[in-house]
Amino acid sequence: MNAGVFLLAVLGGGIGASLRFVLDGLIMRRVHNGYPWGTFIINSTGSLILGFLTGLSDSSVLDSAWLFIIGGGVMGGYTTFSTAMVDTVHMLQKRTYGRALWNAIGMIVVTVVLALLGLLLGRAV
Amino acid sequence: MTSVEHARDSAQPNPKPAYAQPRLILYVLLGGAIGTAGREGLSLAMPSDGGVPWAVLIVNLLGAFILGFLLTALAARKPETPGRRDLRLFAGTGMMGGFTTYSSLATDTATLYETHAGIATAYGLGSVIGGILTAFLGVLLGGALSRPASTGRAAA
Repeated sequence: MNAGVFLLAVLGGGIGASLRFVLDGLIMRRVHNGYPWGTFIINSTGSLILGFLTGLSDSSVLDSAWLFIIGGGVMGGYTTFSTAMVDTVHMLQKRTYGRALWNAIGMIVVTVVLALLGLLLGRAV
Repeated sequence: MTSVEHARDSAQPNPKPAYAQPRLILYVLLGGAIGTAGREGLSLAMPSDGGVPWAVLIVNLLGAFILGFLLTALAARKPETPGRRDLRLFAGTGMMGGFTTYSSLATDTATLYETHAGIATAYGLGSVIGGILTAFLGVLLGGALSRPASTGRAAA
């Protein structure tokens, strides 16, 4: 790990975060029931992509430095755990338990399945 | 906030939504870069042990706590001024969003699942349940600290 790779990952994290901000805004403009689909879609697509990149790295198609930059950096900044957790707390406070369960357990199950799918696809390349 | 800041803020009404304003996107980008540096720095300093990425777990639980605290403390000061919105986007959406990660949580859980299904399940579910608890603690603390001091100082 050299400083250049680390700095590129940091810059990538910033780009990923701003991509999340814009995409979430665009998605939420079209959502009318108040459920944070933006975060759900962002975390799902990010998990699929990181799984795929990790699979590519497993099959030596992708260099480990690029996995660190695009995977840990861009996808790490793009997806977010903290917002999903605070949203879940707000749903519990509003006693919308079905939503809270979906936001907590539904999201982890869906994202892990997508990451696994991405891993298998990446290794098959 | 001083009256000067308030005058500056209210003098610039911007009809565009926040996510379409380049200045605000830049705040999120800067915050996201700082948060990512913190997460990757800790990940490098603390490699995963027995397949469990402890650094990511710590980062996620801590980030959920801080975001819960920050958003609650800011929401208690209504209405949201442009200055506080900028802080929310820089520190919350940017820094805490970049610090915490869901893609690594999902991918590490998927990778662990292939060899240690029990540990994978414990890591995935433990992260989420732990994250809800730390976020809830942050929300409680943020609310308690920003409640108007009706008994003590306010009477003075």
